[in-house]
Amino acid sequence: MSTMLKFQVDHLSFFYGAKRALTDVTLAIPERQITALIGPSGCGKSTFLRCLNRMNDTIHGTRAEGRVLLDDQDIYAPGTDVVDLRRRVGMVFQRPNPFPQSVFENVAFGPRVLGTTSRSELEGIVEASLRGADLWDEVKDGLKKDALSFSLGQQQRLCIARVIAVKPEVILMDEPCSALDPISTLRVEDLMRELARNYTIVIVTHNMQQASRASDTTAMMMLTDDRKSGTVIEVGETKQVFTKPQDKRTEGYVTGRYG
Amino acid sequence: MNTSSRIRLSEFAVEALVRVAGFSTIGFVLLIFLFLLREGIPVFLQVPLDNLFGTRWYPTFDFFGTLPLILGSLLITFSAIVIALPLGVAAAVFVREVAPNWAREILKPMIEVLAGIPSVVLGFFGMSLVAPLIRTTLGVPTGLTAFTGALILAYMALPTLISVAEDALDSVPKSYRDASLAMGATQWQTIWRVVVPAARSGILTAVMLGMGRAIGETMAVMMVTGNAARMPTTLDSLFRPVRTMTATVAAEMGEVAQGSTHYHALFGIGIILFLITFLINLAAASAIFQKRRRGGLR
Ligand SMILES: Nc1ncnc2c1ncn2[C@@H]1O[C@H](COP(=O)(O)OP(=O)(O)O)[C@@H](O)[C@H]1O
Ligand SMILES: [Mg+2]
Repeated sequence: MSTMLKFQVDHLSFFYGAKRALTDVTLAIPERQITALIGPSGCGKSTFLRCLNRMNDTIHGTRAEGRVLLDDQDIYAPGTDVVDLRRRVGMVFQRPNPFPQSVFENVAFGPRVLGTTSRSELEGIVEASLRGADLWDEVKDGLKKDALSFSLGQQQRLCIARVIAVKPEVILMDEPCSALDPISTLRVEDLMRELARNYTIVIVTHNMQQASRASDTTAMMMLTDDRKSGTVIEVGETKQVFTKPQDKRTEGYVTGRYG
Repeated sequence: MNTSSRIRLSEFAVEALVRVAGFSTIGFVLLIFLFLLREGIPVFLQVPLDNLFGTRWYPTFDFFGTLPLILGSLLITFSAIVIALPLGVAAAVFVREVAPNWAREILKPMIEVLAGIPSVVLGFFGMSLVAPLIRTTLGVPTGLTAFTGALILAYMALPTLISVAEDALDSVPKSYRDASLAMGATQWQTIWRVVVPAARSGILTAVMLGMGRAIGETMAVMMVTGNAARMPTTLDSLFRPVRTMTATVAAEMGEVAQGSTHYHALFGIGIILFLITFLINLAAASAIFQKRRRGGLR
């Protein structure tokens, strides 16, 4: 394979206090591609995703073991700048969570935090980001309107615009379409394909069609045999995982027999 | 008598009791309000308005100008809020967002204890400690000034302000914090740019409640503000003695002849004070209402 690897996850285990949520996850995530994480509820997909930008650090008493290399740097190494890591690895959440402010303020938030103060510069970034999130035409006359007054689908694309405004390298998406209607879902999928030209995307999804339609690589997660923590049981090119799965459990899952 | 009818009877008795208690409470409030109106309205009829809202309060010479008293009250109330707001918000942010768990466990009950300090104790503290300090450090003729009153009032408003602001911060959804942190904002940036703005209507309510409490406060204010009924319109007024509406009523009610114009004037002040407090509460209520309607805090 000639593609570069963005993340290399190496024997990662994760604990919420005494509770083990991930065991020995080893996974490579290729650059500028879409990697889908699939698997039944509670197998640790969200937990794994939140390890990639260390958002789990905000939960008290959590602990990770193993290594997560981002461009060959271990993000769990002591002295890692977590704030900078999160700027490089952005995140879109399951429920759209725009700030209760205007559309403009939402998108300008990240650049402001990073120190951009010039109004014209901010306007440029906001427009480019909203265009990048395929939202500009719908909101260009209402940039001052309260973000919460838009539909959920628009709010989710606003959250995507807000993330790309800080020019991250990776965008993590945790079931970004689960609160959206089918048409908004398709729009977000189109948008993901568009974004994958410039960004590495990792998406958790419950929707098998979505994974097979929209992703290049698919990783199947599952509870370990003692059913106490999750791990990756199969990774491969999406087409291959869906048509010729190597693992019986993957086959059962993608054909809808359980999960 | 069988059990079920006994239950029904006691049910009826309890309901009647609650009803009587409820209605009589409302009834008493109404009665007080009517009494206030009956005793206060005459002054608005007996004294011409330009005298009543004039700048001189010398009741013995029939000058009933309430303006210095109203301005005095407003001056120390607003100054108190200007002092208390940043302190209160900072304290709430510290307790809610920054302090480790054990410190929060200690601080919260301490703040509640502060709310329970009797105002006469604070007044005494202001007179004997704060006032001399202000006199010597600022070099003013007396330490009993509007500023001293504002400091004491700020201190009194703080506990309420902190705990209401803290609740407001607490009700900001975690998803806002997550969104901010996930974009590479630091903890402080998240607090100042996301959490505090999202809690602003709750903080505004805290301010209104604090103001309502401060403007009606009597004892501590009377003890530390010097009580000179002068117009607080010069630049240095904050550091001169001042007299509030509450202190005037409290100080003069005891020696006034019942039924005299002066007597009615004191009740008139009561009406004005009531109106101002009512407006503040109305503003607070509409702020809460607006917050609900906008769905700003979810
Ligand atoms: N904040 C938390 N504290 C404790 N346990 C958690 C927390 N979040 C998730 N878990 C546990 O970790 C396991 C994996 O959860 P999660 O990553 O949310 O799974 P998924 O996203 O695949 O449904 C579950 O057993 C869940 O109960
Ligand atoms: Mg999940």
